[in-house]
Amino acid sequence: MGDHTNLLKSGLQILKGLGSGFAVTFRHLFRKPITEQYPEFKRPLPARARARIILTRDPDGEERCVACYLCSAVCPVSCISMQAAEREDGRRWAAWFRINFARCIYCGLCEEACPTLAIQLTSDFETCQYDILTLVAEKENLLVDHGGKDKQYNYYRYAGVTMEGTKGSHVNEAQPVNLKSNLS
Amino acid sequence: MLGWTAGIIILFVKLALVLVGLLLVAGWLVLAERKLLGRFQIRYGPNRAGPFGLLQPMADIIKLLTKEDLMPDGADRLLFLYAPAVVASTALLIFAVVPFGRDWTLQGRTIPMVVADLNVGLLFVLALSSLGVYGVALGGWASNSKYSLLGGIRGAAQMISYELSLGLSLVPVVMLAGSFSLVDITRAQTPMPFIVLQPVSFFIFFVSALAEIKRIPFDLPEAENELVAGYHTEYSGMRFGLFFLGEYVTMVVLGALVAVFFLGGWHGPLLPPLIWFLFKVLLVVFVLIWTRATLPRLRYDQLMNVGWKFLVPLALVNIVVTGAVVLFVGA
Repeated sequence: MGDHTNLLKSGLQILKGLGSGFAVTFRHLFRKPITEQYPEFKRPLPARARARIILTRDPDGEERCVACYLCSAVCPVSCISMQAAEREDGRRWAAWFRINFARCIYCGLCEEACPTLAIQLTSDFETCQYDILTLVAEKENLLVDHGGKDKQYNYYRYAGVTMEGTKGSHVNEAQPVNLKSNLS
Repeated sequence: MLGWTAGIIILFVKLALVLVGLLLVAGWLVLAERKLLGRFQIRYGPNRAGPFGLLQPMADIIKLLTKEDLMPDGADRLLFLYAPAVVASTALLIFAVVPFGRDWTLQGRTIPMVVADLNVGLLFVLALSSLGVYGVALGGWASNSKYSLLGGIRGAAQMISYELSLGLSLVPVVMLAGSFSLVDITRAQTPMPFIVLQPVSFFIFFVSALAEIKRIPFDLPEAENELVAGYHTEYSGMRFGLFFLGEYVTMVVLGALVAVFFLGGWHGPLLPPLIWFLFKVLLVVFVLIWTRATLPRLRYDQLMNVGWKFLVPLALVNIVVTGAVVLFVGA
């Protein structure tokens, strides 16, 4: 007799287990889906989201890039290439500058390496193309007419480099101390 | 002569309508299943192709048709090519004996709403569902792949085991109806559907049929986390599509069989018979999808235990009890 009650009990337990499972899924049928429908709803991106790369200009409207090759050297997938050149006034610039976005992994190392804040990552991530060659960006595709994240920074002013004439001075640079002033 | 020609024409029209209807329902069932599963998991499911994603089946078919039809090295060519057709065609053929409406009279000629009213309809159903095993087992074997082979073996073992309880669960139905014909079984349920008289039989049939059509919780032959995709791992393109189609046609057919054997077929108040029939089929299909959203997969030994140690004895007891009741009370 004991076996029978056990059997009945376990049978009821099985039914209860199955029933509660089915009830849970049935309730979920009437819940509002939590899916965010992507092209219609775009989730706000984090402030430091890294995507498409740009080349910025300094406040004077000059190209910031001095073609030092640091970004190209640090790039883990070697997607940046350029040709350095020198303007008549001695200022360095990139004769051509090319980023292969088909290869870029958006790691942001180029931005960290850049001494002039020229190369910067933006949050524009929708770069899909049907033809892979259209993902190769030339300098005219990359160059923008603003300063990106730091509008005021001007490398040449901080470095104190003048292109011609005498030695220039750094912003906030202290005047050289006259060592002999102690002697008098 | 004229009557004979008219008969042939009516038969072909009926065949075409049933075939097209079945394929359309099966096609959109794929979408319905994906949508429902989505809602069960609080997401939307496919909703991009056409309004509410209603053109998704079209997109799927175009994709399957334009895909490369691969065949593995060392595959048994002939068996590999024909296995999917076995699965799809046996599934489609079962529907031939299913009645889906009241007889219809056209200019003094009675047109039965069934493709073929076989007097051994129930045996025909069981025979064809056994034949379906060949598609699975041979497809798995012919692929020359270990996963496919494992899936095929599991499929064969599982389907043969559950065939037994499937057949036994229908014996009480035959006892009550006094006929193997599905038309007569439907007619016998005019006063009340058999699910009221035979709830145990219904339960056994439903569980065995779940195993027979290889759906969760009995989808061991295609267990994706163990066997990649089981017996159809090596199939691609429309050959995979045929397996897929066969699976969904079997779902519809199972719904139709449950409706005919236990839910009273096309009988129902107020609404026209065809609507009632469709409603009952879709209800069963919904329960199948609901089950898929709820239950996990059984282990192989559990599967065999449930089949041989629980369902088969239960079905036998049920037959004895039903037989005794029919004998003493009278049908």
